[in-house]
This record gives sequence, structure tokens and C-alpha cells, in this order.
Amino acid sequence: MCRLALKTASEAFSPYEVLQGMEAMQEGYDGSGLGLLLRGLEFEDFKYNSKFPILSGIAHTEESWHRLNKFMENRGFELRYDHEFETRPEMIEATDRYRYFLRAYKLPASLSAKSKDEIETELMLTRLALRKDGEDHGNDLTAFSFWPDVATIKEVGWPLEIGDALHLFDNRIKSRVCMAQGRQNTNYGINLYACHPFFIQGIATMTNGENTAFVPIRDWLLGKHFPGYTGYQSDSETFAHILHYTLKKLKLPLQAYKHIITPLRGDELAIHPQGDFLRGLRDSCRRLIIDGPNAIIGTLPDETCMLVMDQKKLRPATVGGRPGVWAIASEMCGVDAMVPDRDPSLDFQPMREHTILVLPERKELTIWSQHDPYPLGQAA
Amino acid sequence: MVSTRSLSIGPGSLSYTDLPWIIQHREDRCTLCGHCTAVCPKEAIYLAYRRQRMPKLDILSKKRNNEYRTFVGIRQKKNMENSCIGCSMCSMVCPNEAIEPVPNTNENRTLFFNNQKGEPAKRGGRRNEVGPTLLDRIMFNRISMLTDPALDAGRHEFHITTTLGRTLDPEVFLKRTRDGGWIPPTREIFPFVIGSMSFGALSPNMWLGLLQGVAYCNEVLGIPVVMCTGEGGCPPWVLKSPYLKYIILQIASGYFGWDEIIRAIPDMQCDPAAIEIKYGQGAKPGDGGLLMWFKVSQLIARLRGVPEGVDLPSPPVHQTLYSIEESVMKMIQTLSTAFGHKVPIYPKISASTSAKSVLNNLVRNPYAGGLLIDGIDGGTGAAYNVSMDATGHPIASNVRECYLDLVKQGKQNEIPIFAAGGIGKNGNVTQNGLALIMLGASGVHIGKYIMQAAAGCLGNEKNRCNVCNVGICPKGITSQNPKLYRRLDPDQVAERVAHIFMSISTEMKKIMAPLGRSQSLPVGMSDALGIADKDAADRLNIKYVC
Repeated sequence: MCRLALKTASEAFSPYEVLQGMEAMQEGYDGSGLGLLLRGLEFEDFKYNSKFPILSGIAHTEESWHRLNKFMENRGFELRYDHEFETRPEMIEATDRYRYFLRAYKLPASLSAKSKDEIETELMLTRLALRKDGEDHGNDLTAFSFWPDVATIKEVGWPLEIGDALHLFDNRIKSRVCMAQGRQNTNYGINLYACHPFFIQGIATMTNGENTAFVPIRDWLLGKHFPGYTGYQSDSETFAHILHYTLKKLKLPLQAYKHIITPLRGDELAIHPQGDFLRGLRDSCRRLIIDGPNAIIGTLPDETCMLVMDQKKLRPATVGGRPGVWAIASEMCGVDAMVPDRDPSLDFQPMREHTILVLPERKELTIWSQHDPYPLGQAA
Repeated sequence: MVSTRSLSIGPGSLSYTDLPWIIQHREDRCTLCGHCTAVCPKEAIYLAYRRQRMPKLDILSKKRNNEYRTFVGIRQKKNMENSCIGCSMCSMVCPNEAIEPVPNTNENRTLFFNNQKGEPAKRGGRRNEVGPTLLDRIMFNRISMLTDPALDAGRHEFHITTTLGRTLDPEVFLKRTRDGGWIPPTREIFPFVIGSMSFGALSPNMWLGLLQGVAYCNEVLGIPVVMCTGEGGCPPWVLKSPYLKYIILQIASGYFGWDEIIRAIPDMQCDPAAIEIKYGQGAKPGDGGLLMWFKVSQLIARLRGVPEGVDLPSPPVHQTLYSIEESVMKMIQTLSTAFGHKVPIYPKISASTSAKSVLNNLVRNPYAGGLLIDGIDGGTGAAYNVSMDATGHPIASNVRECYLDLVKQGKQNEIPIFAAGGIGKNGNVTQNGLALIMLGASGVHIGKYIMQAAAGCLGNEKNRCNVCNVGICPKGITSQNPKLYRRLDPDQVAERVAHIFMSISTEMKKIMAPLGRSQSLPVGMSDALGIADKDAADRLNIKYVC
């Protein structure tokens, strides 16, 4: 079973802190993968403009590295910053790692003049094209994300060792939000793309447990024929895509996510003030009902962090912290490790109806219940 | 050697060993009470007096005479009209276990004579194919073992209902909600539906028992079971009762019973669960419904608006059609309008290689609320043997390819596919039903299983009984003869219905729990299925396991 850790703080911090938090939960992963996703980035050697999209991934060969450069040039992206990891390759299990890359680009002028939607589509298509290019060349290029203010690192191995191998302790990269997942390989193969967090157009989620309703949900998402709904090396990727579908395609408020993945029962809807609408939403999104056990931890482009559970709540995650610093982890000891100087009695474990948010101000937890009135005005 | 002319043997003469069922009677146990001969629906047995010569070996006597003894016993008639159907009512009523029918292991020659007076054989019931079905052979093998532990079927909260009716694509749903547009009606129902068996095919007591049982399931047990009427309408008191919401009204090509239904609309207290438009039936595809004259009693004649004692064959197709596509569209739209667009309307078709084209037609019809596909193993009240035996299409691959077609279009949540035909044929009703659900059906209809399990229908795949067509059902399930249907106590049927659905509901949980599923019906969860048959696995796109 995977272990999840998220830390969000007003002051940027090193991702290594989160890896140390992961260490506290080490019984729960088997070294089959680590994923890190950072938002609110600060680089020691570059004043980063958070509008520049950052391309994250791994070039497995020199040839793919050149192809990548050429591809980005051809599309008109202008390289502004290329973060060079100091690596200790001997600490990495895999041998085909030519270069880890985090590179900030300036948008081509032709693109920056376009609408927000068009830019977002182009960024996604660029990432997908790079991914496809890698797949067409024997998986020699892996592209995780291409988005402003988002950096992703994924590697197979033990979290802390990967952190050491990539010198993440040296404070050259810091961020205000860091998501980390230590993977326990389950039914699906060891694959870099199977590492969480999953990312699509600014939305990222990571999950523990397994989504037993994976195949019907995947089939339905594939049927939408949206280019970004692809991959599915892990059943958990569907959670990110459902969140994306809720916010970007249906343009519903964040409250709707929980109503879609774990709708209320018929008798609960009967007494809900917006029961009719929510029943209709449940029916039309029925194929997106998840069947955990899962804790889903997500982050949004404005640095909002969220935590929801599946209905069965067999994987209770914990959120805790203090104003300015909050942590969400699949295990309590993970929260302890990330924010030791907090009042643990104020920690919160969400029930099946809750959505927990840490808003960008990071002052307090926001707790929504599905039984609360639903903001219908925004939906209809 | 005697001359042949002195023997009363003709081309159609049969002996006991030519009949499908042979009555075995033990004279040493028989009390001559006459119960068996009175109860036999075929009058296949009779009380006979026999004389037996008792040879006397007294060679020294000059007296030349024999002694005779007489005795009585039960004998079997050997003509086609009265040949035993194996229903075993005689054994059931015998106080001394003196009589029973046994299946003839010889090839029975009646097969060559079942076209008496030029009329091909007809029967009710089933296809008569023994052995495990393909559905029986499907295993659920994606067992949750590690990251997702198996659930506790007894303690977890399970959501095992399904949606009947069209659901909109989420984006369309939101747009219509914003604009105040029409949201098609849906019903949240138990995924095992009592399939369409008409008031006419079934006896009044059977029908009442089913309805009582369904109402009990809904109102006391909280299991939202619905039942379909079949063609032939519905008693007016039911149409005007609050129980109508548990009933799917069927309209078929004879439109029998619809005068009463249309007249009752203003007085309806609630809407029916749905309207099923029958275009075809799995047991006899391309054939209309058939209620033979034996069963058109005064009550049935009144409900259907026809004279008593006439055959009621429905035409194979709806007669108002100009083209079939237009007919489907118009009927669905008209019926939707008749019920104020508040009742899901869906067609029922025979499983067929052309099912996909019907489905795609419905996908584009905004008023269509689903599709029911009925496979070759479905049952019927009456059909020609040749239709039942040789025409049709098995349900599993038909449902699967229709579902996968919807998946390709991203429409699998919009038009629910219901499957029927042979579910629970060998008793494995929940296993069969959930296998079809995981192949892509949103629910299943069960007919024969209900008759067997709820009312003790005696039919089986060895052509036992199967005389539903001629109104002599010995259990009173499919007869309109009060002497017969009074044998069936509606309260007991209702009790059995409740037992059946309680048990299916528990078994569903026992199947879903190890798969780690509890929050929604696992429609299309084909990764959970396996079969030890490579060809079937390839065809159904599921795992081959051995």
C-alpha cells in the first residue's frame, strides 16, 4: 500500500523534508517508485517567473535529449532555465538515466497571445507529444508535466535514497507545496508513469489503496476522447482525471468532486437541500463512482491542497498543522514527521462525507461536508 | 405367426418405451385412491382392470379349464395427446409413493409424431438444453488480496441498485439544468427484474402473488424490485393503485390491454416504473406473442378486449410501422408523451446479430430509456418448437458487443442495456446475473427462474411439463382454469418472492465483496471475469483462465 505525504507552507521548503516524512511511513512502501510534485517553486540560482511552464521528465539517452531540445525549439519554446541536478547515479537502481530535467520555458509569442484555454491545451499536447515521442523510441524519454510552477520528479527506488541521489537536500530547489508518494507495487507493472502524483493541466492527485472500479472508470474516460485522458499505467490516474473532468470540463465547483466520486445515498439525497440536482449529477456521472479504499490528496494551481476519502474509509488519512504550515499524510506518523511543532489534538481525519482543504492562505483547515448545501448557483 | 391385419398396429402406434416419460407404478403399494389419475393434467394415466390367466399344471385331471385372477392397476396411455409430460404431480399426490414418471433413456419416437393433424408441435417453457451454460462457467477471479482488502459482505454498506432510464452525458445534464431543459426520467431499481410474463400467460393467483411479493420487497425489505407485465395489460385495480410504481407495463405488437391502460391514465395515483415496448423475444425471435385459446378466459378476454376462447397471436411486428426505425422512434416518443415524459420507455428485442444497429438507433433517440436484449435461452408461454429450438442468439456475446460499442462511443452510462434469457436456468441466478452485469449489462430480467423458484414450476430442460401453452399447468401457475389456479396460494408465492430477492441481494454482496466493490454496481467490470474456454474468453474479451 502506497504512502502519501503532502506539506504546504507559506515559506518555501526543501522537498527533502517531505522525503524525511516519508521515511517515518516506510513500512508501507516497497521501493517500487517515488513521485514528487512541487508547486510554488523557488530556485537558488534563478529568479523564477511563475508564468514560465516547467517541463519535467527524464531523458534516458543522449539521443532523446537532443530530440527533446529540437522538439521544443521547433515548437517555439525558448529555454529560460535548465535546472541541473547534481546526481549520484550509483545510488539509482536504473541505469538508463541520461538526464533528469526541470526546464523553464518562455511561451512562443504566437501562443502567449492566445486564450488561457488554448495555452493550456497546447501545454498538455506538448507534454503528450513528448511522451509519445519517447514511447515511439523504446521509452527513451519520459515527460511528467509541463506547466507553470509545477515540477515533477519520479524515480524507481527508496524515497530517501532518491532524494540523496538527486541532492534534493541542498536547498537548490524549494517549494511551498510538495506532494510525495512512496509506491507499493500492486497489480500493475513497475513503470515511471505509474508513480503518483498524476498531473493533468494544473491538477495533481496522489492516492493510496487501489481503485477497484478502475476498468469501468477508465473505459468511460477513454470514451470522452479527450487527449489528456490517457496512460492509466496506474488505476489511481483516474482520480486526477475525474478531478480534471469536474473542474475543467464540467466547470463545477470543487465541492462537486466528492459528490461525483462518492455520491450520497438515496435517503441522504432525499433530505439534502440540493438533493434533486445532486441525484441527477450522481446518475449522469455514475461511471465515475470510485470504489476504494483510497485517500486522495490533491493540489490545484492556486496551491490549494485537498484531501478526500473514499466512501468505505478503510484508508484513513490525517491532516494536521498550524497556521502557515500544514501536512497531509496517509499515516499519522507522517504528519508528525513533517510538522512536529503542532497541536496533534487538532489533527483531523476526514469521514466519508468530508472534503478537507488547505487554502492558499494556509491559516486553517476548511472542512466541507457533502451534507452541507451545495453551491448550486455556481453550477446552474 | 399371426397375420399383420389382425394386429391393431398402425404407423403412429407407440409403446411405453417410445414415450418421453414412462410411468412406473407399484401395484403392491397402490391404495387405488385415484388421486393420481384425478390430478394428471394430461389424463395420461387411468385405472385399469386386468385379467391374468393362472395356468394349472394338473396333467392327470381331465378337466380342461383355466383359472383367472383379476387385478387393478394404473396404466399409461400411449397416444400422443395423452403422453406423460413427466410433471410428477402423480407422485406428489400419492399417499404411498406408488407412482412416478421416469425419463425414457431410449430415444423417444414421439419426436416423429408430434405434428398431429398437420399442426407442428408447440410448447411453453424453455429451450430444453441441459448442462452448464456459458454464464455458469464464468468465474469472478479478480479477488482483492493486498492493497484493496476484500470487504465484509455482512457488515459493509453496499450499493447494489441500478438505473433504469436514460441518463444524460454530464455536460448535457448541466446545460439542461441551467437552461431548465428536460431531464429524462430514471428509476433506481434492483438489478434483477421480474421479466415480462403476461397477465394471461400467468394465472391470476400467480400474478397476484408476484405483485404482493414485489410490494413486500419494496415496502418492507427495502429492495426496489420491479416486475414487467408482458403483453396483455394489467388489471384495472392495479393500474389505479399505488403499486403501479413497481410495474413495467409492456406494449407489444397486439396492443392487448392498452385500451384499459390508456383509459386508466387519468386515474393513476403514480407513474409506472417504465414502459417496455416489445419488438422481439429471445425464445421465439421474429414471432409475435401467442396466447392460445385454452387460456382466453372471461377475465382475460375482458382485460384484452377480445372474445373468449380464441387464439390471440400477436403479429411479429408492430403494424403501424412505415419503416422500423420510424416506428421505434414514434412509439417511444408517443409513449413518453402519453406519460408526460416522466416514465422511462425502452424497447425489448431478441438477441440478434443486428442488435447493435438497434442500439445505435436508440443512442440517437433522446426519448429512449434503455434496451432490453433477450437471448435464446429465454422462456415463453407458447411457441412453436422449431422457433424455440433453432432460432435466436445467445445473450452473453450479444450484450458484450453492444456494451463495447457503447464504450467506444463513450455512451455506456447513457443507455442502460438490460439482459435476459437463461439467467438462473440452472439455479445460479445471482452468478449468471452478475456475470452479465460485469460484461456490460446494467441489469437482468428473470422469468423462468421466478416461476420455478417462487411458484414451483415443474418445467426443466429435459422437456418436463412445458405445457404452459395449453392452460393445464398442474401447479396453477400458467392456467386460467380456476380449478387449477386455486392450487396456487398467492401468499405463498409472495413469501417465496421475498425469499428469492433477499437471497439474491445477499449473494450479490458475497460476489462483490471479494472483488472489493461495494459503492456501485460493477457494470462493465470485465477485469473481474475469467473463463476456462479460450474461444469464449476471446469473444467476450475477458481473461482465459485454467
